[in-house]
Amino acid sequence: MADAQTSLRQPKVMSLTEAVSKYVFDGATIAIEGFTHAIPTAAGHEIIRQRFKNLTLVRMTADIVVDQMLAADCIDTLVSSFVGNSSAGSLGEIRRRVEKADPKKLNYVEYSHFGMVCRYLAGAQKLPFYPLKSYFGSDLPEVNSEIRKVTSPYENEDGSFDEIYVVPPINPDVTIIHAQRADQWGNVQMWGLTGLQAEAVFAAKHSIVTVEEIVSDELVRSDPNRTIIPSHAVSAVVEVPMGAHPSFTQGYYDRDNLFYKEWSAISADKSLIEQWLQKWVYATADHSEYVSLLGDSTAKRLAVGDAFSMPINYGSRIQEGK
Amino acid sequence: MSNTITYSIDELLTVTAARELATKNVVFAGIGLPTLAVSLAQETTSPNIEVIYESGVCGAHPATLPATIADSVLITDSEAVLTLPALFGYVLQGGRIDVGFLGAAQIDKYGNLNSSVIGDWATPAKRLPGSGGAHEVLANAKETFVIMRRHSKQAFVEKVDFITSASPDMAMAAGSKPLSKGVTRVFTQFGVLSRENVGEELKLTGIHSGVDVETVIAETGWNLQVSDNLKTLEGPSEIEISLLRNTIDPSAMYLRP
Repeated sequence: MADAQTSLRQPKVMSLTEAVSKYVFDGATIAIEGFTHAIPTAAGHEIIRQRFKNLTLVRMTADIVVDQMLAADCIDTLVSSFVGNSSAGSLGEIRRRVEKADPKKLNYVEYSHFGMVCRYLAGAQKLPFYPLKSYFGSDLPEVNSEIRKVTSPYENEDGSFDEIYVVPPINPDVTIIHAQRADQWGNVQMWGLTGLQAEAVFAAKHSIVTVEEIVSDELVRSDPNRTIIPSHAVSAVVEVPMGAHPSFTQGYYDRDNLFYKEWSAISADKSLIEQWLQKWVYATADHSEYVSLLGDSTAKRLAVGDAFSMPINYGSRIQEGK
Repeated sequence: MSNTITYSIDELLTVTAARELATKNVVFAGIGLPTLAVSLAQETTSPNIEVIYESGVCGAHPATLPATIADSVLITDSEAVLTLPALFGYVLQGGRIDVGFLGAAQIDKYGNLNSSVIGDWATPAKRLPGSGGAHEVLANAKETFVIMRRHSKQAFVEKVDFITSASPDMAMAAGSKPLSKGVTRVFTQFGVLSRENVGEELKLTGIHSGVDVETVIAETGWNLQVSDNLKTLEGPSEIEISLLRNTIDPSAMYLRP
């Protein structure tokens, strides 16, 4: 983030192709966040398209986009607290990699959700570790040596000292998220489930934010509480309509539950995944071509109705004599 | 009680779980049967239950049944949407949840839960989704209800293959001072297993009408104790079944009669 802080303020708008090639590199640690809502799938596909390798991927809920990136051999290490296709079925590629080392073993680092949350909290605040009340009695510390115990420096009333588990900070080389809108400076506005997008961005050295719309400064400043990440923490802002498909973007389009179900069958068969990647990722130049392939019927199927919030009054100073 | 109404196992599980929510206020629900059980409790015994989802939604009032814990219909018209640090840190770890609902691939007699792997962790026969927030729910909710749709020796085991979510019993043995009671109810197709306090085993306390105790014991992988006060559970009433089919899940999204 040093570049963002020290240079003169400049618009951060660029294409997804440019943003991914500028900030992602082979062997990088990448966080892709979005807790079911607003998963930056388009950015994941662009990483596949540019054929990045040996990535460490950090993601709380490893789902379809992770299965796809694994199938495309982008990922060596996965740090996660949930590997599943929600209630729609299994993730074939992850299961083959973990259960059968097919085609090769995945280095899987397993946490619980709050463990992951605390890693981002530590990372965002540049803390050496973060304590949480989890993990006592669980087998997770047995299989994950990063989950460690410390002794509280504060004594109890009886003079004893509690032990508590801690997790290390995560500071991704780049964090990628998707949101409803941002201005050209990278002030990111989001509503609905905001998960831990802000923590993941603040923890990272660089960040790419894809949005449904780049909007005017005036619109953002009419509702500053809606901004979950301020400009200085964002490296690149990219307008990518439908950039979260097959997940949803609240108020823009709904989740493509049909595709989540279809993925179980696709991912069960390696040749079907290869065909899918070929058609939807490698053979498309960018996400707008992917959206064209989805077609109007998909857009219509996922369309949402309106449910507007009531306006609020921020107030303005009434100056004497006016 | 009418003997003429017929119902599915899922309807039976939902009704049984809903009745146990009678005195509860803040309930952490998963998708599917827990959501239905909370809705039924809200329509019957506990209109004031605040339902909370792992995604951060508090006080959900969805227009239609949610397909996931993060469904857009849970957001629209909800009372609050929190970030994950707030949900996991303040709400869960802060001890605000009365009852958490969980499922698992395996459970043991103290309510240790496995949702990570079948077999060895490093080279599993089957890789399961993992904790998600389950570990934190079991550790921090005042008590946890578990729904197990298939009561079998494969699922009810002497020792789980991997402790994803630890019972407070196990946590205490490892040196912590848990405030939760852990798993207090397990709802299955056969009936209800219960315990009231840490240190107790889950015992068979209720069986559904027509279920043979010997069958339950035979399908449990540990030496299942039967409560001295074993009750035959009252089947779903016409009102409960009607609410589930006509009001709560009219499109039979989860309940197929």
